[in-house]
Formats: sequence, C-alpha cells, structure tokens
Amino acid sequence: MAMTLAEKIFKSHVRDEPFPGALVLDIDVVLCHEITTPIAINDLVARGKDRVFDASKIKAVIDHVTPAKDSKTAQQGKIMRDWARRHGIRDFFDVGRNGVCHAIFPEKGFIRPGYTVIMGDSHTCTHGAFGAFAAGVGTTDLEVGILKGVCSFRAPETIRVNVEGILPEGVYAKDVILCVIKHLTVKGATDCVIEFRGNVVTKMSMESRMTLCNMAIEAGGTSGVCMPDEVTVEYLWPFVSGEYADKAAALADFKKWWSDEGCTYKKVLNIDVTNMEPQVTVGYKPDEVKNVSEVAGTPVDQVYIGSCTNGRIEDLRVAAAYLKGRKISPLIRGIVSPATPKIFRDAEDEGIIRIFMDAGFCVTNPTCGACLGMSNGVLAPGEVCASTTNRNFNGRMGKGGMVHLMSPAVAAVTALEGKIADPRTFAKESM
Amino acid sequence: MKTFGGKVLFLDRSDINTDEIIPAKYLTEISKEALRPHMLEDLKLDGFSSQDPAVFSSKVVVTRANFGCGSSREHAPWVFEVNDINVVIASSFARIFRQNMFNCGMLAIELPEAQIEELFQHKGADACIAIDFEKDMLTIISPNGTKAFLFRLAEFDKALVKAGGWVEFADLRY
Repeated sequence: MAMTLAEKIFKSHVRDEPFPGALVLDIDVVLCHEITTPIAINDLVARGKDRVFDASKIKAVIDHVTPAKDSKTAQQGKIMRDWARRHGIRDFFDVGRNGVCHAIFPEKGFIRPGYTVIMGDSHTCTHGAFGAFAAGVGTTDLEVGILKGVCSFRAPETIRVNVEGILPEGVYAKDVILCVIKHLTVKGATDCVIEFRGNVVTKMSMESRMTLCNMAIEAGGTSGVCMPDEVTVEYLWPFVSGEYADKAAALADFKKWWSDEGCTYKKVLNIDVTNMEPQVTVGYKPDEVKNVSEVAGTPVDQVYIGSCTNGRIEDLRVAAAYLKGRKISPLIRGIVSPATPKIFRDAEDEGIIRIFMDAGFCVTNPTCGACLGMSNGVLAPGEVCASTTNRNFNGRMGKGGMVHLMSPAVAAVTALEGKIADPRTFAKESM
Repeated sequence: MKTFGGKVLFLDRSDINTDEIIPAKYLTEISKEALRPHMLEDLKLDGFSSQDPAVFSSKVVVTRANFGCGSSREHAPWVFEVNDINVVIASSFARIFRQNMFNCGMLAIELPEAQIEELFQHKGADACIAIDFEKDMLTIISPNGTKAFLFRLAEFDKALVKAGGWVEFADLRY
C-alpha cells in the first residue's frame, strides 16, 4: 500500500499497539533541555528509577537561559549537568559549547532521515526537515522516553503543502511558512504531519527547510517533514560518510523514506510564491498574518534576530546584507543571537558580527532567552518587538509586550527604519 | 485515579495557549507547587482576572476550540493539577496539551461545539459539573437547570487515567 513518509517511519518503529490506534514507537533520539527535563529527572529519582534507556541516544543542552541568570536557573543547569555526568551522556552541551537546541542538534548530525525524535519542546518539529518524524512532547513523555526509549502517538494523517513558483527578491522561507499558517490556521494541522513539497522546497537549503518545519506546530502540526534529497545528503555527509560507499548510495538509502506515489493525504495545499510579499504577523496568534505593505510604518521598540526559527548562518547573512554600512534607528534596540557557537564563529569569520555591531546591534551568546521572555531581551509592558521568532502570543516576550513575527530581512530593515519596513525597497549588499 | 468534577470555570475563547495558562518566566521553577499562584496569569480574555478567588476554587474548565496550543510545557496541566482542576472540557485540544493531560492521569474531554455552547448557557450561574468516568457521562448542574452529556475517550486515554498516568502505564508494560 502506498504510504506517506510519516507512515513509513511509524511502520518501522512500532513497538506496541496497546489499544487500537494508540501506537507506541521506539525512539531513535531523545533530546533534552534544561527547562522541561529537570522535573523529569527529579521524578525519576523520586521513583527510584534514575536510569536512561541508552545514553548514546540521549542528547542534552542548556539553552533557554544561559549562562544562568539567577539561582533557580543555575539549579536547573546543575540538575542537567549532574544527570548527564552520572549517566555518561556524552552529547551534553554546556556553557561555551551550547546553542539553541533545534539549531545545535542538527548541526552535530544527530538527526537522520527515517528517525523518530522527541523532545520536551514544541519546536522539535524542526527536525522533520531531515525526513524524520520529530515531535514536541511534555515532560511525562520525555521522562518515559528517557527511561524506556518509547513514546505514544496516534497514527498521523499528512497534509501536503506544495510550494511552487519562484521566490521573489526579499521573500524567504519564513514568509512561506507564515503564509502556510495563515491558510491552515492555528489548529488546521492538529494531529497531522505537514509535508513540505514543491520546486521551491527542493531548491531550499537545510537551514530554510528547518525554518519551514520549525513552525509546523504553529498550525497545530505534530511534525513538519521534507523529503530527504541531495541537499540532505550534502548536509549530513560529514556525519554519514563512514556508513555509505558514496553520496549516491546515501541518497538511495534516504529516498526509501519518500512518500509513495498515490499515498493518502488528508489535504493538499498549493502555494504559489511568485507574487508573494514578505509576511508579518499582527495580533496574538501566528495565523494572523498580513503582507508587509499592509503593516509598514508600524513603530517598534526592539528588533530581535535569532531563535530556532531564524538564528542560523543563512539568516544572519540575509540580515547583514541589509545592515552593511548602515546604522539602525536610534529609537531601536537591536539584538542578534547567533543560534550556535559554530554559527557565531562563522558569522565572525564572514565579517557579519562586525556588520551587526557597526549597525548598532547588541550581539548575545546563543540562547533561546528573548523568544519566550525569559532573558536577554525581555520587553516592558506596552513595548513592541519585531522578531524573527515563532510566537506572537500575548506576553510571549515579556508581560504586556507585543510581537510581530517576520523574516530576518524584514527585521533588519525594520531596525534601520525604526518601524516595520519592506526589504524590497532597500538596496542590499551581496554577502 | 484522580477525582473529577466540581465548580466550573468558563473560559469563553478559542486558541488559549499554554503561555497564557502559565507564562514562561515561571518555567524556572522545579516544583509543580510553586506554579500554583500563577494559573492563567497572562490570559487575554475580557472581564477575566486571574486573581479572582473564584478562579482558584474551580475544579473544571469549560472552554472552546484548540485549547492548550503553543508550547509543549506540561507546566500547563500541572498548574491546573496543583489547583485541583483535573478536567478540561473543550470542543478541541492541541495535541501536546491533550496528551500531557492524559499522561498526568487528568481528563481532556472533547464535546461537539453545539454541546459546548449548551454548557456555556450556564455561564454566570453557579455551575458544577459531575463526571461519571465509568459511564462516560458528565452532568452540568446550575440554577439554569441540569443536563447530562455523553463523551467519548480513546481506550488508551482511559487506560492512562486509570493507571494514574503514562509513567505508571509504561513502567508496567515496557
């Protein structure tokens, strides 16, 4: 029977079906961060079950508040650190080596096509960009994942999104996914996998594909997925070269996960990007999306470039192309957080960090902090942030604050203007 | 198994997200108990105050569509749990929140929108909901009247509630 990529992964990973429709999967990688894991660790200790199913399949990072800002966050870090040490979890990324989870774990080559991935973080759907089934879960699912290496799901239906046409100048993956969420709404993909297809996705880098998949959850989706292809092979080659004779062999192996011709989709959404404008959210839900021309001129107080959505090198290059040789508005606080140390270093080597600093940006260490109002750029009541992050919920970046979601290009020119601006009206440097 | 039912808190809005249920700044807590005073602190809903004592004496939440969307934080079910709210009734839930509820041995009950609307007819009155878990039935009781509704839970979700949660269930089986 013709199957979707998600159905193939489920079929190859089902350990148990305790009741019809309840599928308990073997999990290939359990990812952990310091916000949702410590309570799971403490609970396992309290139950006398302080064990891990396989230390090599558990990857951990401190990323939400780092370095620690107070005793509570220091304690969360310590619980993670002590736990990683006592169980021999070698892939643990602490201060100085840490980055935003959904950027650093793929960068280390931990995610492969056909994998099942869980993490106590809703944006785990990002990793589906590699042709994996990757789902955000709560702390209890995480706890059972750590202890037993399993997690339960309902059999997912798949929504196919065909992204066709030619991306116009100034329009990026972020604009595409905001447009998709506008069409699907914040609940349109609940219990579904969103499969991103079409010639625009085929041409996208892994970074852009991760931006697409990252926001699948904002439409309610369990995982975003892309078909693993030559681009995937190139990205993963340093990590898989020992396992395959050559790249063609890796590609052939990856392609076995592709959705079959004639498989069943719950829904198919066609998006033509050729005439797409840059997209910006308004209001407090990520499906409240408008064309930039409709909101241009809206004043903002802070511009934030970073996060698991848009804190990768490609994003920093795009922003820098608009910022080079220019100064941001004196009314704006500009903050950029490269998502991993490698991205930071690459940006340094390419002169991008200097461009941000010359423009007047504050460059912070890799962290999630500002995106969810925990640290490194919290808003005051009444303030507005133009942000490359993924959620514009009420109070998300600080109580009483307001967030407009947008691409790094729109964020960069907004910083220059002091109000929401259209990157298509700005000249940019080649980076 | 937990106990279910009691005074109703009506939250008349769709798409209430977990940031509104428990803001991220409290995620630095490592005990569920510490979350208690901050339930629904950032909820954007006309006429609602999270400091209203009636909020904290409620046992059942009745709300609209896509409840619990956004972040995966299990702190959202936990802040209900430590406030003795073990039941949320909605026309639909976000997947992770729904799973987290059953994983904690709590009830996320879906009813069709028309029936949710009927429940909302009791808003403003002093309404209570009784849950008969064995019969899959809930009964709303208020000065506006009494009415029973049947609900459906997946067999697996019922088993999780009976077991006391997913850790207990998984530990016996895997």
